[in-house]
Amino acid sequence: MDAASLPGALDLVASGGAGLSPEKRAALGASLPLLQRDYRFERVWFWGRIQGLRGAYYIAEGLGPDRAAPRSRLYSLNCVEWSLLPPASEEMVAQAEKLKGRFQGDPSFEYELAEIKAEDAEKLTEDGQEPVIKEEARLVATIEQIDKAVGIIPRGSFVKTPLGSVHENRNFEGLSLTEAKKLSSYFHLTEPVNLKNKTLLEKADLDPSTDFLDSLEHDIPKGSWTVQLEKGGVVVVLRSLLWLGLTFYHVPMTKQYGYVYFGTGEKNLDLPFML
Amino acid sequence: MAEPPGEPRPEARAGPAAGRDRGAQEQSWPEEGPEQPPYEGFEPEEVPPWPRQPGLGPAAYEYQGVRQASGQPQELRRSVYQPPAPSQDPYRAQDQRGSFYQPHAPGRAPYQSETPEQYLCQPHGTEQGPYEPEVSEIAVSERYALGQDSYRTEEPRQSAYESYAAGLDPYQTHEPRSVYETYTLQEDPCQAYEPGHGPYQPHEPGYGLYQPGYSTYDEQVPDPNPRMLAMQNAKAYLLKSSTTSGLNLYDHLANMLTKILDEQPTNAVDIIENISKDVKWAQFRKKMDTLRDEHEILPTFEVAEKRKALFLKVHGEGDEELEDEIAETPLPNVMETAFYFEQAGIGLSKDETYHILLALKQLISVQPIQTCRFWGKILGLEMNYIIAEVQYNDRAEEEEAEDEEDNEEGGKAMSEDKGGDEDEEKQEDDEPPQSTYRPPPVIPKEDNGTGTNKYVYFVCNEPGKPWVKLPPVTPAQIVCARKIKKFFTGRLDAPVVSFPPFPGNEANYLRAQIARISAGTQICPIGFYQFGEEEGDEEEEGGGGRDTYEENPDFQPLSVVEMVDSLSTWVHHTQNILKQGRCVWLNPFQKSEEEEEGEEEEKAEETDEVQQEIGPPLLTPVSEDEGIQNVPAWTAQYSTNLVPQYAVAILQSNRWPGAYAFASGRRFDNIYLGWGHKYSPENHTPSLPPPVQTEYPSGPEITETNDPTVEEEQALKAAQEEALAAAGEEEEEEEEEDEDEDEDD
Repeated sequence: MDAASLPGALDLVASGGAGLSPEKRAALGASLPLLQRDYRFERVWFWGRIQGLRGAYYIAEGLGPDRAAPRSRLYSLNCVEWSLLPPASEEMVAQAEKLKGRFQGDPSFEYELAEIKAEDAEKLTEDGQEPVIKEEARLVATIEQIDKAVGIIPRGSFVKTPLGSVHENRNFEGLSLTEAKKLSSYFHLTEPVNLKNKTLLEKADLDPSTDFLDSLEHDIPKGSWTVQLEKGGVVVVLRSLLWLGLTFYHVPMTKQYGYVYFGTGEKNLDLPFML
Repeated sequence: MAEPPGEPRPEARAGPAAGRDRGAQEQSWPEEGPEQPPYEGFEPEEVPPWPRQPGLGPAAYEYQGVRQASGQPQELRRSVYQPPAPSQDPYRAQDQRGSFYQPHAPGRAPYQSETPEQYLCQPHGTEQGPYEPEVSEIAVSERYALGQDSYRTEEPRQSAYESYAAGLDPYQTHEPRSVYETYTLQEDPCQAYEPGHGPYQPHEPGYGLYQPGYSTYDEQVPDPNPRMLAMQNAKAYLLKSSTTSGLNLYDHLANMLTKILDEQPTNAVDIIENISKDVKWAQFRKKMDTLRDEHEILPTFEVAEKRKALFLKVHGEGDEELEDEIAETPLPNVMETAFYFEQAGIGLSKDETYHILLALKQLISVQPIQTCRFWGKILGLEMNYIIAEVQYNDRAEEEEAEDEEDNEEGGKAMSEDKGGDEDEEKQEDDEPPQSTYRPPPVIPKEDNGTGTNKYVYFVCNEPGKPWVKLPPVTPAQIVCARKIKKFFTGRLDAPVVSFPPFPGNEANYLRAQIARISAGTQICPIGFYQFGEEEGDEEEEGGGGRDTYEENPDFQPLSVVEMVDSLSTWVHHTQNILKQGRCVWLNPFQKSEEEEEGEEEEKAEETDEVQQEIGPPLLTPVSEDEGIQNVPAWTAQYSTNLVPQYAVAILQSNRWPGAYAFASGRRFDNIYLGWGHKYSPENHTPSLPPPVQTEYPSGPEITETNDPTVEEEQALKAAQEEALAAAGEEEEEEEEEDEDEDEDD
């Protein structure tokens, strides 16, 4: 969620029980603008918190002019001092996927892959790689995974220009209530995968300036989102069941939308059994 | 842009009809070129008195713009090309507009009907006549402004024209025919267009607005050629596409005007910015499907209505009542608790919390409740559950128990009936072999007020909705709930589709999870509660130890540092649930070994060797809680590190993510906000179906023997001859075969 609208936005997603303490809110209010200045971001998003056993990571994302470009990610343990995370590589993601269990809350903690899966680790050692992965790398990979899988925006809130870059739509005035209750009105803010596989017939209705992303409609497994009207029907809240803790909010007919993650950084692999 | 001269005029006459079609219209305007001579001939006369005569071009522009507004943006574009033939444009516009433009049709009506200033500028005082009809015409347009039907206005307008025409000597001399002709032409469009173009009508009042602009523009550009050039430049500029959005201002303005004239908002000037925004946003709101959206009934009001009910005082009978209320109430101070949790960033938003507080108040007012607590919130797929933990006062408890007994008896009776039916059906068939399977004995549920049923739970989906009491939990439900992992839907009557099958619906599952979570995560600072006088008694055979405690009047609050540093300063104050599904172990008739191994829930794998029950007794320090693999059971932290003086000790459960406890001085509380599932580092593995039952032991009596070959028979015969005993064996075999066949049948 946008750092500027953080206090109000946190209230809107608070129905899940997670939030920030007044101290952290105040700290973010002070440190995020500085972050924007120091790193020359056009915009800063507060991404959320990954709860570890001994501490929590607070994550922020910085955006450049092209909103679809890879975002810079920063983490902080106290919401004041921020450190830049390296960009996620595929290898990192692949390794992190093998890790299970909770985050520790210590970025330098080393997971031993050997413990996790002896066979895989052997392969890795044969390749001459260390069977060790730092928690920082796991953090990067997890954020990347979450952003990819469940980072969502309402339809029309971002536009693709003829030059190919993606911007916030200045004219976005919010989804109507009817639309806001449909999953097809929300898009994954990531490189589209299913879009290319659509048939011509399906593509015919799409507007290239707004419909350049995958919608949530066909997410697998079906039913991996809950859509609820909360606060007396004022705000639409989407919760991901795949990444428990990810909450998206949108106030219909306004520009207020955003997502935030308050969770343990673990994917809910049991989802098919739980629906 | 150049105007091809010399096109045949007749086609221009056909203009009105053709004008509906854009393609035809494109042709129509240049075609009107030949019409120019009459006007030109006419112009010289007018030019001297009206220096703004050349302004006809802009006039055309505006007229077109208005016509445009009726919803055909492309036509507006076209209008831009029309300035080259300025003089016709009014006529063309009339042609297409039908009745609406008629007032101006009779020649220069537009110019005359302009604002009085114009007349002031116009030096031709000789033509007094035209002014009089003018007035009547304005009256016509006023009537239009009232939104009258054009057919009705037609009549007066005609008279206006007539009078106008009569007064307009100069015009008549110059071009009487053309005036009337255009007029007659307009009749057709009137009829042809009006029915189909209802939307055009509302534009009429707006039409007048454009005239002032027209006149000023007119005056600024006196010379036709530079004016045209300037216009073209201006238009080119307006048509320039934005590099970011690909739009151009020209289209945008056109769309805006269209919208304004379509919708006719009052005080359009005040909301022009918003209209501009709406128009832009509309471009991104192409409808996804062709179905019409159902009318939105905002749920907001309904919910607001319900919430409002929470704020209404139920009764205001007097001050005594108020004092009673203040003096003794089981109502928890939810807001205060929420404040402490908020220090750690846990909790619902403030207004939701307050609504919950009011909802609890409502609950207390209708139920005979002794203690009440906000237990927490469990998220669901469709709706969420807000859960209140209450204890009935004694009298109500008894009634409650009776009710339930009645229900149970009813239930039992029903199940017996069912059994009876089945038996009857069976008796019709041949007697089946008696099953040797005996189901494990049903472990009776714990009585209300004890063990897992110590508290009664009420749930509602949203504050303000009615509270629903959850049924008491049975051991079987708890045992099964441990094996399954399902999301809640938010509907209490939803079935729980799972394996192993859950005995009950979602209400039961919810109740079972609440019992598990309570048992696992309800903790308090050590010393806050103490056992009664008989403290020190050994654990009873039930394994739960003592199940009652009382508040310690001498409790000395521990410092926050102690509370965080050592988990042994926290104790469970809810009884552990044994493996059996009860808090107090109960020997089900000494059945099998397995049943006797009652084991506490959370330490399931830990102590296998223990014979029967034994969970940790009540008020066991949480430091003895087992973690899951490497995950400790609890994480303790301060709510803040910056201001340790006012920090609150916060414990969060890692076994039940979403369960929290805080302690600050004498205050402590537990809350659960989450999905209602236990943490499992390994993936959930649904229990496998029981192994396939073993086949009937294969033996000679059910084995089909091979038919003997000829050689064998012969050998047998030979053998028979040798030994009679062999024949006896063969007979037996045959008999057996017969039996087999029977069985197969």
